[in-house]
Amino acid sequence: MSWILIAEQSLNGLQFGLMLFLLAAGLTLVFGIMDMINLAHGSLYMLGAFLASTFVQLTGSFTAGVLLAIPATALLGMVLEISLLRTLYERDHLSQVLATFALILIINELTRLVWGSDAALPMPGALSGPVDLLPGLPYPAYRLVIIAVGLAVAVLLYFLVTKTRVGMLVRAGASNREMALAMGVNIRLLFTLVFGAGAALCAVAGAMLAPLLAVQVGMGENILILAFVVIVIGGIGSVRGALVGALLVGVVDTIGRAFLPIVFGLFFQPRVASAAGPAIASVTIYLLMAVVLYFKPQGLFPARG
Amino acid sequence: MLRLESVSKRFGGVAATDRVSLEVAAGEVHALIGPNGAGKTTLVGLISGALRADSGNVRFMDSDISSLPQHDRVRSGLARSYQITSIFRKLSVLDNLALAVQARSGSSFSFWRPLEKETGLFEAASSILGEIGLQEKKNHLAATLAHGEQRALEVGLALATQPKLVLLDEPMAGMGPEESRHMIELIERIRAGVTVLLVEHDMDAVFRLADRISVMVDGRVIATDSPEKIRLNPEVRRAYLGDEVPA
Amino acid sequence: MKKSIFLLAIFGLFPLAMQWADQLFYVSFATRVMIYAIAATSLNLVLGYGGMISFGHAAFVGTGAYVGSILVAEGVTSALIGWPAAIAVSALAAGIIGAISLRTRGVYFIMITLAFAQMMFYLVNSMKAYGGDEGLTLRQRPSLIVDLGDEVTFYYVVLSILALTIFLLYRLMKSRFGRVVIAIRENEARAEAIGFPVFRYKLACFVIAGAAAGLAGALLASHGKYVNPNVLHWVQSGTLMIMVILGGVGHLWGGALGAAMLLGLEHLISDYPIGWLAQLAPNYQQHANLGVGLVMLALVLFAPQGIAGLLERRKHAAA
Repeated sequence: MSWILIAEQSLNGLQFGLMLFLLAAGLTLVFGIMDMINLAHGSLYMLGAFLASTFVQLTGSFTAGVLLAIPATALLGMVLEISLLRTLYERDHLSQVLATFALILIINELTRLVWGSDAALPMPGALSGPVDLLPGLPYPAYRLVIIAVGLAVAVLLYFLVTKTRVGMLVRAGASNREMALAMGVNIRLLFTLVFGAGAALCAVAGAMLAPLLAVQVGMGENILILAFVVIVIGGIGSVRGALVGALLVGVVDTIGRAFLPIVFGLFFQPRVASAAGPAIASVTIYLLMAVVLYFKPQGLFPARG
Repeated sequence: MLRLESVSKRFGGVAATDRVSLEVAAGEVHALIGPNGAGKTTLVGLISGALRADSGNVRFMDSDISSLPQHDRVRSGLARSYQITSIFRKLSVLDNLALAVQARSGSSFSFWRPLEKETGLFEAASSILGEIGLQEKKNHLAATLAHGEQRALEVGLALATQPKLVLLDEPMAGMGPEESRHMIELIERIRAGVTVLLVEHDMDAVFRLADRISVMVDGRVIATDSPEKIRLNPEVRRAYLGDEVPA
Repeated sequence: MKKSIFLLAIFGLFPLAMQWADQLFYVSFATRVMIYAIAATSLNLVLGYGGMISFGHAAFVGTGAYVGSILVAEGVTSALIGWPAAIAVSALAAGIIGAISLRTRGVYFIMITLAFAQMMFYLVNSMKAYGGDEGLTLRQRPSLIVDLGDEVTFYYVVLSILALTIFLLYRLMKSRFGRVVIAIRENEARAEAIGFPVFRYKLACFVIAGAAAGLAGALLASHGKYVNPNVLHWVQSGTLMIMVILGGVGHLWGGALGAAMLLGLEHLISDYPIGWLAQLAPNYQQHANLGVGLVMLALVLFAPQGIAGLLERRKHAAA
């Protein structure tokens, strides 16, 4: 076990965590403000990746493709909100779960019809090599870019949420919806915008992660559950909680997967270690969630009192 | 029968109840009055077990029940009714009461025997029906009852658990004069068999029914005395009664 | 009751009719439908009657499936050991998961059950000894007194189990326990306030449902002679939920009806091409899920009580 490996995996964890944050932020706001469980949030992430793939092919430029995918996904998200999801705000959580689950099926199949089961979004050549962070510590350039983008978006969100009027309205809505209504806010418009913003964030994550993970139908479902674990840990409705939760989950998951099998190998026979190691590693974030919830049942930073 | 010793409960930065000490004697009707926000419903929650106190003790029949969960307190004879009606709306009136009777008669981890065979339960439920005056409506869905009848069922649910002490949280909430009269009569009927802690705003009812009155303001009990003395108590008049004292 | 006996008669004669028509495939298909009916009915207990939105029910089906398969793979081929073992282990899993999850409310409960199901999925996925992500294939079905390898025999065995399950559910909901579970669903706070230790009842309900789901899982693995981690994926839990809501949440036959409808629909779409639709979208049959999703969405928006609920409403209106 070397320092280089630890540093590398920590950075990977940071990178993964920041992308998870992008997903979780939108999810937690929608849940916190509109009180709606949206299982189809992962589908927006998937659509972001597929759209990026198409735009990159059309424009020939990775950057242009990603940048185009963001408003496109946001638009799709808002159309979805206006036409369909709005009617679910007043319904009970079970109905929301079932309806958005049905949406996942529909969106998955429509995606298959339009694009096929997967799409290609290769890493831009310029970024595919490693960069020397420190002498002797090479790290993939592309992952550094992801970290940079993630941090930039996080800072942007911070400013939006804490320093702008819209952000204040969003925070007010997250902690007390009736109060926000009473303040004369155009709630419908606010909701649509929040949803669109969430979709945009999903697109960034989807497009950025696409060269690393595959772009395929069903990619949303796997990451969605992680996003829910993040917001449960972080506290529903809290963007700050989403950030902390996402970083925690990202780092714990990555380091767990990288090192637990090694640690197991030290104590157990190879056959046991190679079976148990990865199994326990995949379970670590759920254990993390259980521990957090035991001490703080509402998550680390619950937005609602 | 019931003794609260310096019970406090905070929500965020606010002390909903602040070192409240209260004592309810067996067999009496003890009224708890005070302005809105004084902490009366919080206190009811602390006594019934829905809330845990931050400090202080709740003693019932000489045992400390402070850490007992709500369902155990009910089993030991302490029941409550709710200010905002909380009944089983989709069940019939009789089924509502039968449920409460079922709760106190043996274990319900019985998976095979049909409930309808348990005539004893339904007989006990019917007698409660009589006490609360809802015999006519016994097979009606609880949701179809008029407001006053629902409030009566509300009290009935608490009574059906055979409590030694019943906490009535604003039983007359939202009632007109006719319905209030019925509720007062109901309480008069039951007072012989159960100790009552009555939280109410309706001063007519309070002064008619209460053996003793405690006044709560801003989370504290500022006076506990007989109705006449409370009526004349200057601090109480200043804090709460004002013009509401009946002649 | 008469309705049930009538249904039973139809189901009882069905395989004989199929044998006569030389369409044995449908017997096997019907068996599969009935196994899913058992699984969906178990979810109906927890979700429909108990009001607990558990998104991790597939974990118990999967646990039963794996326990049953692993035993057979290791040489314990008797179903009389395998199936009860599946029930027991699933009940234990439900007990542990329920004890932790039921301490939470609302969406937290949904998320935790979902998380636990995913946890089991990953755990099973990493069990290389039993196939890992490729799954486990059995050479033959487990053995019972009768020959389970014969489709018609297996059909009758599953039919009896389904009938028993529904009958037990019927008795359960009429019992003291059932009434408490319904009361808790209707008004949990008041149920606690009249003296019921609500947590214990919810947990018991959860465990009973988990046990039944485990049996369904074992039957599923026995039927198909194959099991893979996807049985535990949370999307499978969603499928079971679709069945329950399709058929009717909280209605006795809700699970069975829903399973029949969903699997029937999928089969119809995949195996019976519709001319004009095929012209429009040549591959439409591979996208059966689209139809399922649309039907499901329509149901949630317009008929939240499911098909059984619709039938009941019509009955009331006519009365």
